[in-house]
Amino acid sequence: MAKITYITKAGESLVYEATSGSLMELAVKNKVPGIDGDCGGVCSCATCHVHVAPAYYEKLGAPSEIEADMLEFDDNVNEYSRLCCQIPVTDAVDGITVAVAN
Amino acid sequence: MELQTKNKTCAIVGASHAGANCAMELRKQGWEGAIVLIDADENLPYHRPPLSKAYLSLTDGGDFNPLFAAERYEEENITLALGVTVTAADATSKTLALSNGTSVKYDALVLATGASAFVPPIPGIETCSGVHVLRSAKDALAIQAGFKNAKDKNIVVIGGGYIGLETAASLQKMSGKVTVLECEERLLARVAPAALAHFFQELHTAKGVTIKTGVSAQDILQTKDGTTVTGTDGVTYPADLVLVGVGVRPNSVLAEKLGTTLENGIKVNEQLQTSVANVYAIGDVAQFYHPRYQKWMRLESVQNAVDQARAVAANILGIPTNYNALPWFWSDQYHIKLQMVGLSHGYTDLVVRKEDDKEDCFSIWYFKDDALLAVDAVNNGKAFVLGTKFIKNNTLVDKEKLADASIPFKPNTLIKYRTNVD
Repeated sequence: MAKITYITKAGESLVYEATSGSLMELAVKNKVPGIDGDCGGVCSCATCHVHVAPAYYEKLGAPSEIEADMLEFDDNVNEYSRLCCQIPVTDAVDGITVAVAN
Repeated sequence: MELQTKNKTCAIVGASHAGANCAMELRKQGWEGAIVLIDADENLPYHRPPLSKAYLSLTDGGDFNPLFAAERYEEENITLALGVTVTAADATSKTLALSNGTSVKYDALVLATGASAFVPPIPGIETCSGVHVLRSAKDALAIQAGFKNAKDKNIVVIGGGYIGLETAASLQKMSGKVTVLECEERLLARVAPAALAHFFQELHTAKGVTIKTGVSAQDILQTKDGTTVTGTDGVTYPADLVLVGVGVRPNSVLAEKLGTTLENGIKVNEQLQTSVANVYAIGDVAQFYHPRYQKWMRLESVQNAVDQARAVAANILGIPTNYNALPWFWSDQYHIKLQMVGLSHGYTDLVVRKEDDKEDCFSIWYFKDDALLAVDAVNNGKAFVLGTKFIKNNTLVDKEKLADASIPFKPNTLIKYRTNVD
């Protein structure tokens, strides 16, 4: 069981728990505003952009080349940007905080 | 003015990307009344793109990736009528009769009935075993099972469009011996320029798929050794499994019963309303006028389904919303991710930009004179994202710099000047 905190663009903290799926799927399930996941999680649409809390960013490992390419010119990109469809829910992300980017 | 919706009912026929998202959007945007979501498919609404991709590679059924979990429909108080068809419809009394014996009296009706695979009149196509189309979960399961039981793994794909090529890639990866028959002189003839078609032909050929262009299937025969497909090239191809992927026809039978104007699907206005009061149409079935491209069209894509679902929900709630979304698409084949944004129809010139440092990484930029219409990006998320921004903002792109791979791929090196600052 991993606990995930999403910070919305309005500054609200939303906390959810899950055991499987991706951070995008968990966000869509709970209607986190700004996370749409239109392509279903195959890194094709860039509608699930988040900023990962720095303490967790390294733990996640580097994004794939296609993910990094999608992010490079997306709005509000920073050094902690990720597409959260590419972050699986595992024990390793328990306690993570991500902020919705767009 | 916002509507009073508490005692109203919205019925949605078709529960795929368009219909299911429409139900969720209605709630999100404030619809307080009943929502009934009806589909002949008995599965919980699922993502369709993986059917021709990851899903075929699974060996034992596997879960379809649901669009929304079952609990979500309960939470949102959306009534699901799955495995149910509409048997009669009357626009005057605003009533639908359903195959489960119930009826629905609607205040608003959304037709999200999608499209069906077109089966061309090839002799034997209806009667021979092992002939499939790919549109639904049931179709994907049948192909999975057919492939598993195939003795020699000989596959013939009729039609070299996206469905045909994605399926060819998926089955080839599973050691299928795949032949693609395409009646046009090149692959993707309706949907992509020669440069892109050529790339995909080389890709599939290198992977071991046989591509025959300019060849139609003439007839399909059932022999004691199995099914064969004879091409117009005079060759007889053994086929444990035949996939027919030659396009679709919009499902407009229900719309016809309701008396809506039909024209290459269900004709809708800019607010996605049909010619019949309180009846809307969205997704693959809707024929609409796209103001950006100044053209009537029907788009078969996830983006169009989801964005039209959002717009129609607003219109049903009495918030006039014109549909004008920028189209985008994707296709995954082997290690290649193709992402497309915009529509290239009517382009006057194109620029192919190759990234020198990466293999199989390029993009095709379509212009009508100086205006950027569309971008096809191959393993190039940067070109997809930047192309999207450039098109949205009507950015003027420097074509010469774009074509020169020695010039870095960055916004400030590619922009001429902006006509419309965002």
